[in-house]
Amino acid sequence: MKTFEPVIVAFCCHYCAYTAADMAGSMRRCYPSNIRIIRVPCSGKVDAIHMMKAFQKGADGVYVAGCLEGDCHFKNGNTQAARRVAYVKRLLDEIGIGGERLEMITMSAGMGERFASTASDFTEKIRRLGPNPIKGLKKAEAV
Amino acid sequence: MITAEQKPIQEIMEYVRPYSRILLVGCNECVTVCAAGGRKEVGLLSSALQMAFMQEGKVLDVKEMTLERQCDPEYVEELAGSINQVEAVLSMACGCGVQEVARRFKEKPVYPALNTKFMGASERQGVWAERCQGCGDCVLGLTGGICPIARCSKRLLNGPCGGSSHGKCEINPDVDCAWQLIWDRLKALGLEKRYEDIAPAKDWRASRDGGPRRIIREDLAS
Ligand code: SF4
Ligand code: SF4
Repeated sequence: MKTFEPVIVAFCCHYCAYTAADMAGSMRRCYPSNIRIIRVPCSGKVDAIHMMKAFQKGADGVYVAGCLEGDCHFKNGNTQAARRVAYVKRLLDEIGIGGERLEMITMSAGMGERFASTASDFTEKIRRLGPNPIKGLKKAEAV
Repeated sequence: MITAEQKPIQEIMEYVRPYSRILLVGCNECVTVCAAGGRKEVGLLSSALQMAFMQEGKVLDVKEMTLERQCDPEYVEELAGSINQVEAVLSMACGCGVQEVARRFKEKPVYPALNTKFMGASERQGVWAERCQGCGDCVLGLTGGICPIARCSKRLLNGPCGGSSHGKCEINPDVDCAWQLIWDRLKALGLEKRYEDIAPAKDWRASRDGGPRRIIREDLAS
């Protein structure tokens, strides 16, 4: 049987996770190609609708990667992002998609190793959970 | 502002279940400010409903619109162009907005997506509290700017009751005793004497007890 290759969307803050991804690259540290990185100016910029749309368009897992606590470039964007993630997790549970497919992760710009290991761990977790339940079903988009 | 909260998604799904094309209508006023039914919430609910129904094998077509105000016919009219393309309307406005849409489009079922709560103010980011019950005969001028109707659990006009303790109301230690607040405020204003005035029974006919209310401004009414 073909192993399931999940599609994972990672919203990465420019000041930490995105730079950490670069760092992982220059360290020649491999991480799964399942991760689709979307660079954002701050994790706090990621709205609930962005997370929902990612799932609606077929992502199997989504994570928001922001700065370590107390290190946000914009003071508290990361804590706001964490609260928003918690809110959307509950919503995903309610509609049967499953909140465990969404996570908030924190790291600093220098943590190339952590970027790569979280990418691998999260991919593994989603692989175990299986595909997004709406995947393959007929897509409906807002008009 | 009028505050509201979204209904449980399961309840909303039951309303929507018989239909495959709906119009989801938000409102740019109060419910946007209290993050219950503005453009953002319309997008989120639309996305959530579509994903939820997809798992039941159903494609739900959602047309999203957010009006400047749903409680004014001028703005509700903007739905006229889209109403025939849908089987039902799901409104994210307060109860007034839902009713205005239902009044204008008599042939379309209209459902509420929110529970309308109260007239309140935002105490801080993300927290709203009841402040006024629209009693129709405001007494704030006598009570130091603190409403005994909306904020005293017993609506006492001559409080406090015996349940006031350490500034809190007997119904819940998290609820301030309105009459403690009134006393503190009168004292701060140097108006303690006003507290001695006994308020006569209130004429509740100005409130809901007089039946549904209406304001007619002769100079404006058409
Ligand atoms: S006294 Fe009546 S009108 Fe004034 S704030 Fe209280 S409920 Fe509202
Ligand atoms: S404790 Fe204060 S707020 Fe509560 S019912 Fe008595 S007077 Fe009203």
